[in-house]
Amino acid sequence: MGIGGSDMYRQQILDHYKNPRNYGEIEDATFTHVGENPMCGDTIEMDVVLDDDEQTIQQVAFRGDGCAISQASASMLSEQLHGMPIEELQEMDRDDIIDMLGVDISAMRVKCAVLAEKVAQDGAEIYFGEKNVDKTTTEEE
Amino acid sequence: MEPKQSELLDVEAIRKDFPILQREFDGTQLVYLDNAATSQTPDQVIDTIADYYRETNANVHRGLHQLSQEASIAYENAHDRVAEFIGAEGREEVVFTKNATESMNTVAYAWGLAELGPGDEIVMTEMEHHAALVTWQQIAKKTGAEVKYIPVDEEGYLDMDAARELITDDTEMVSVVHVSNTLGTINPVSELADIAHDHDSLIFVDGAQSVPHMPVDVQDIDADFFAFSGHKMLGPTGIGVLYGKEHLLEEMQPYLYGGMMISKVTFEDSTWHELPWKFEAGTPVISQGIALAEACDYLDDIGMENVEHHGERLAEYAYDQLSEFEGIQILGPPGDDRAALVSFNLGSVHAHDTSEILNDFAVAVRAGDHCTQPLHDKLGIAASARASFYIYNTKAEVDKLVEALEETEALFA
Repeated sequence: MGIGGSDMYRQQILDHYKNPRNYGEIEDATFTHVGENPMCGDTIEMDVVLDDDEQTIQQVAFRGDGCAISQASASMLSEQLHGMPIEELQEMDRDDIIDMLGVDISAMRVKCAVLAEKVAQDGAEIYFGEKNVDKTTTEEE
Repeated sequence: MEPKQSELLDVEAIRKDFPILQREFDGTQLVYLDNAATSQTPDQVIDTIADYYRETNANVHRGLHQLSQEASIAYENAHDRVAEFIGAEGREEVVFTKNATESMNTVAYAWGLAELGPGDEIVMTEMEHHAALVTWQQIAKKTGAEVKYIPVDEEGYLDMDAARELITDDTEMVSVVHVSNTLGTINPVSELADIAHDHDSLIFVDGAQSVPHMPVDVQDIDADFFAFSGHKMLGPTGIGVLYGKEHLLEEMQPYLYGGMMISKVTFEDSTWHELPWKFEAGTPVISQGIALAEACDYLDDIGMENVEHHGERLAEYAYDQLSEFEGIQILGPPGDDRAALVSFNLGSVHAHDTSEILNDFAVAVRAGDHCTQPLHDKLGIAASARASFYIYNTKAEVDKLVEALEETEALFA
């Protein structure tokens, strides 16, 4: 029946949603940051461990709640972030996230898709003293 | 088995009046179940708007030429038609606004700012739509008045014992939603009006979800103010209605100033036009008002009791079908005691995901907080999906919703 399986929910996204990678906590994280989209109820909290030279991401863990797009995006991003230079993280934008997800994201859902990315970026900026926010949100964007 | 259709409405004939219902997405026909957000528009209403612009368009009230006279009469008569539709005394009690929210704001500013102060209380409900909730909340901040909320119980009904405690001689305004756009609860507004009046309080009823779906008589309810929108009852967007008892509207100062609403203007001062024009500043919603009157005709031709019965039966059928899903959470009262909508969450699947998957099957439902964030907070959920029905929906469409939900469930299992 119907049109059939949605493009948006290709197996990969559902797989990451149901079996999130790097889900949990890291006790001795270099920094931890949280973000939420209150209207959607999406939340992401991320722990990041940097190398000793503080240039490269060594390890990431996240926990959260929300729609499939927000949670799968966090899971997929957490895999990409391993070994990524901080500089590269800061250069990521929404197109990189949409490429990473590999599916079309409707305009209404972009804020869900980019929440994890913004949490990681804001967390790093706060750690390096370049920004000062309690919580990240992508809802207005 | 062929699903049994309602014998009350000739749905097949009705659907012919709504060309949009024939739309297909990738070969699948639209199943439109977002009527609590906005209803679709029949040809009769679309033609009324087009004919108005093709044949009658002119500004109202000020012109002596033929077109202006025709437009003025049609616009004024539309007030009479709407007054009749809701049981108001006459056009003096029917103000055309932009939407129900503007109707609410008109009273909040014109009456609330003048009448409320510290020590005064506004009583609302926990199921109030943001249209009322945010408006009175902010007016309370401006005036020093206090806002109180009648609690919603486990089943989705108002706690009427609490209502009797909360509404006191300090209460100046009771503002209640007639039908909850989230829970589908039909509130006892007439009883609440009696309680309010026993304490010399006014009552404002938000009828955005009731007027489109059931017979409403504002005098039977004894509402002091009553608001609703045109676009949820087959009319166009851009028109709402504020009903107010004539003596109250008479005593109130205007909310918006400008042309049309004045009687005599000098450089020093102005006096106001008679009701309802006193509250309709500037060029009003002419084509929308005339089209709304046509929508009233359309609904009365069907019969509002039939409209109500059809919606309730679809809601009950949907409620029963949805109840079959394991782990589904359905908000609000039981299936046999609700208005024409069902809000739900399918297990742990986020409502936005549900809605997105349903969209792949051309099933249009709402997902979000439905402008009742505090109620969702109380229920401990971020969002819900909502299927809402109207005169052109069928049991077969509910079955399509159910099939699409089965696919959703399988995808997320």
